[in-house]
Amino acid sequence: MSYLEYTVKSTPTGLRKILFLNWPLTILLSAVAGVGFLMLYSVAGGSYTPWAEPQMKRFALGLVLMVIIGVVPIWFWRSVAGFGYGVTLILLVAVEFFGSVGMGAQRWIDLGFMRLQPSELMKITLVMFLAAYYDWLPSKNKSKPFWVFVPVMIILVPTALVIQQPDLGTSILLLAAGGGLMFLAGVHWAYFAAVFAAGIGLITAVFRSRGSEWQLLNNYQYRRIDTFLDPSQDPLGAGYHITQSKIALGSGGWTGRGFMQGTQSRLNFLPEKHTDFIFTTLAEEFGFIGAISLLGLYLLIIVFCVASALANRDRFSSLLILGIALNFFLFFAVNMSMVMGMAPVVGVPLPLVSYGGSAMLVLMIAFGLVQSAHVHRPR
Amino acid sequence: MKRTRADHEANHRGISRRAAIVGGVQLVFIGALAARMRHLQINQADQFRLLAEENRIKFKLIPPARGEVFDRNGVQLAQNIPTYQIKIVREDAGDVEAVIYKLGQVMELKAETVERALTEIRRSKPFHPVTIAEDVAWDDLSRVSVNAPALPGVTPEIGLTRVYPRGSDFAHILGYVGPVSDYDLDKLDDPDELLRIPRFQIGKVGVEAKVELPLRGKAGTRQVEVNAAGREMRELGRREGRPGSDLQLTIDSKLQGYVQARLGEESASAVVIDCATGDLVAIASAPTYDPNLFVRGISVADYKMLTDNTFRPLASKTVQGAYPPGSTFKMITAMAALEEGIMEPEDTVRCPGHLEVADRKFHCWKRSGHGSVDLLNSLKQSCDVYYYDLALKVGIEKISAMANMFGLGIRHDVPMSAVTRGLTPTKAWKKQTHDKDWVIGDTVNASIGQGYMLSSPMQLAVMTARFATGRSVNPRLVKSIDGVEQPNGAGAPMPLDPENLRKMRRAMFAVVNDRRGTAYGSRIIAEGMRMAGKTGTSQVRNISSAERARGVIRNADLPWNRRDHALFVDFAPADNPKYAVAVVVEHGGGGSTAAAPIARDITLQALYGGEPPLEAYPSKDRGRIASQQRRLRKVQPIAAIDGKDQA
Repeated sequence: MSYLEYTVKSTPTGLRKILFLNWPLTILLSAVAGVGFLMLYSVAGGSYTPWAEPQMKRFALGLVLMVIIGVVPIWFWRSVAGFGYGVTLILLVAVEFFGSVGMGAQRWIDLGFMRLQPSELMKITLVMFLAAYYDWLPSKNKSKPFWVFVPVMIILVPTALVIQQPDLGTSILLLAAGGGLMFLAGVHWAYFAAVFAAGIGLITAVFRSRGSEWQLLNNYQYRRIDTFLDPSQDPLGAGYHITQSKIALGSGGWTGRGFMQGTQSRLNFLPEKHTDFIFTTLAEEFGFIGAISLLGLYLLIIVFCVASALANRDRFSSLLILGIALNFFLFFAVNMSMVMGMAPVVGVPLPLVSYGGSAMLVLMIAFGLVQSAHVHRPR
Repeated sequence: MKRTRADHEANHRGISRRAAIVGGVQLVFIGALAARMRHLQINQADQFRLLAEENRIKFKLIPPARGEVFDRNGVQLAQNIPTYQIKIVREDAGDVEAVIYKLGQVMELKAETVERALTEIRRSKPFHPVTIAEDVAWDDLSRVSVNAPALPGVTPEIGLTRVYPRGSDFAHILGYVGPVSDYDLDKLDDPDELLRIPRFQIGKVGVEAKVELPLRGKAGTRQVEVNAAGREMRELGRREGRPGSDLQLTIDSKLQGYVQARLGEESASAVVIDCATGDLVAIASAPTYDPNLFVRGISVADYKMLTDNTFRPLASKTVQGAYPPGSTFKMITAMAALEEGIMEPEDTVRCPGHLEVADRKFHCWKRSGHGSVDLLNSLKQSCDVYYYDLALKVGIEKISAMANMFGLGIRHDVPMSAVTRGLTPTKAWKKQTHDKDWVIGDTVNASIGQGYMLSSPMQLAVMTARFATGRSVNPRLVKSIDGVEQPNGAGAPMPLDPENLRKMRRAMFAVVNDRRGTAYGSRIIAEGMRMAGKTGTSQVRNISSAERARGVIRNADLPWNRRDHALFVDFAPADNPKYAVAVVVEHGGGGSTAAAPIARDITLQALYGGEPPLEAYPSKDRGRIASQQRRLRKVQPIAAIDGKDQA
């Protein structure tokens, strides 16, 4: 019997567990999803179809999933972490062969009722597996080269598969979340300094290889980088996304143009206005006040997660919560910086707000794990 | 793995330390995001708001050129010619009325069009251009261009407008185009974005309306960057549309012109159909009108003149006119009886001038009666009693079914407006529409194409073509779309005894070429060109017994609209049918005197491909025909010239 199982005598049982969920977090998640419904309603020109209504259904389903996962003991999730990682890895390989082609990239498996993106699922199972790994590893071993090499492979294998799809955005998120988790687990900082230096070298290599036969990225990815560096050179082509989203954002001002009054989305200037670029509609219609409020909600979600993690004396639980919070942070940080012209357009949705089933459900599953860790914390 | 409490506590402290670092980094990043947000939305707000307003990228439609229409020989029937227009965009003009006032100082504006433009501006979206002056002269156009800086939102544009070079000859076939109306938009669930362009021309009636979609084509789009005044700064992208498809009709414009001229100002219609292909070679309704008037917007006075005319020039009588077919229907009654095998062509019926059925007297047109008549003689002399007798034996259902087989009571798929189905009554039909039982007298009336029986001139031409060929010929009006030949209407052989059809043709030949035939006066004497036909005179009133007792009033003494319709159908050459013709003269009197001569002239014109030699006519008619030809040459100068040179 582990330390954890000794000290859970005061843990609630049965349906009473629902009362011990992290309710402030649940309410915050619902508030952010509510902002999403509002924006999806607006970009559809004041209509529940085609986006707001399915999104509501998915969020409802996600809430139910979150509660179910939340009442299942955390040690169960720890014990299936390795299995979950393995299955997701197999699915990632499977999409290489059976996945549908969507938006120019092979990303999903059609399950009939929904499309499953294994790369989304990998964001959780990777964090779970790494948390379990460091929970199992004696702390004196964690900076030894072999025990550092193992998690690095655990991270790099799925990342490589996702890059193959090709989905640059998700692979960056996987890499950052995995690395972040290793950092949180206490791996010696010298490793990170080394990787950072190597990263700089790689970026140089990527740019140097451009145009040669062995170039490392696809042309569309290079073009996105170009666009990022100088969006004004081609306002209708490559730079269109960023230029238009900056115009929409900027024209919002302090208070915005008002609900459903966004001219840029009305005139269909914004591409993917309901997915990756939904933040621009919010910023245009509700202005700086609306945009900063959403950022505040995101910040509160992170704060509640971190507080829950620090109060939890179980290593697996706190690492898992911190990993998921980091993941969540990376999601909205990358999306917002891309929309605001601070990062290349890599195709990362705004969590809980952008239209999309897979990402929404995966996030709610992740927060289910956070809830489970919270409910079953040692007391 | 066994783990101690101390190990665990140490770990937890480690995690807290690292979490604080990661949390700090996150906080810094969120701070950066907030700062960026503030920078974009507050500090640069004015600049971006300006960009949003000023540097707009607009999608503009490129209207496709409407497809043009040609006749079977390539003569142009509908074309597009460029016109200059002045347009105004409300969004860019600001004070519309002030701008229009200034425009009025530069060029002359019609009060009527300005009024119309103002209502249109109020109704359409602010960024839609509205036409304020049409058919602008080049001088005015350049004056507006020079003064452009003082006239915000005003743009000169080159547009295309529809012109019908053959004018009234094709009014009933082609119809005309006109600007989209609210009514047109309401009819459509999902109107093409093109139709939102103010004053965009769409087909209103006729082929223009029925073949609208292929003729219209698909709009292209231009992506343009426009400045705050709405002026285009540069074109960023262009996606070409697809111009409308060109149509080739089966009509021979030269023959059509002749037919129209021959019908003149009478209230009449004529159809010429090619027996081999079903091609409608000419389909004319008189009097006619100039469709070009409608394209420009017809004046109230002109329109009133057209609608007040008792001869209904706007009606396309060939397809929408439903007339009692009269004696031209007798072939159907006879054919039904022959096919049922209830009589032999040689069987005779005695005609005493009337037949008593159910205590009612049904008269033959010849009061003294025809004596004993067989099939050939009855058709030749158009004896009514013979057909009363047949109808009583065959019954209405068989007669109506036979009429349907010959294309009566069926809506033929021809892209003209308001194509009528006509009517071939049955017992069930009468019960349903009139809630009355069929009576035997109805059958008697139907047998000679009276009573409820109704058919259009085009249906009669189809019927005649089917008698001539024995195939179920279908009318075809569109020969090809963009050079792609459309399926022809040759049709399959009808499931009828060829011997019976031969008998009917022989009887129809006798109608025209036998000395005692009703159409003997309108025969053709050129060898190999002889025609076979049938006259028809259909009553439009009931002759009461009181009237009959007083003596039936002669047609000429009746007011025009109560006189009989004159009908004639024929096919020629009789031994190798090439064309079938149907002529209906509304309230023209007798079929043999009013309709048959017209049909003969048209038939000859079609057979000779132009003015026939006088030798084709019986010698006693030649003097009169010669002067008629001279007169017609003057009223239809276009038809006298060969079509190709004209185009």
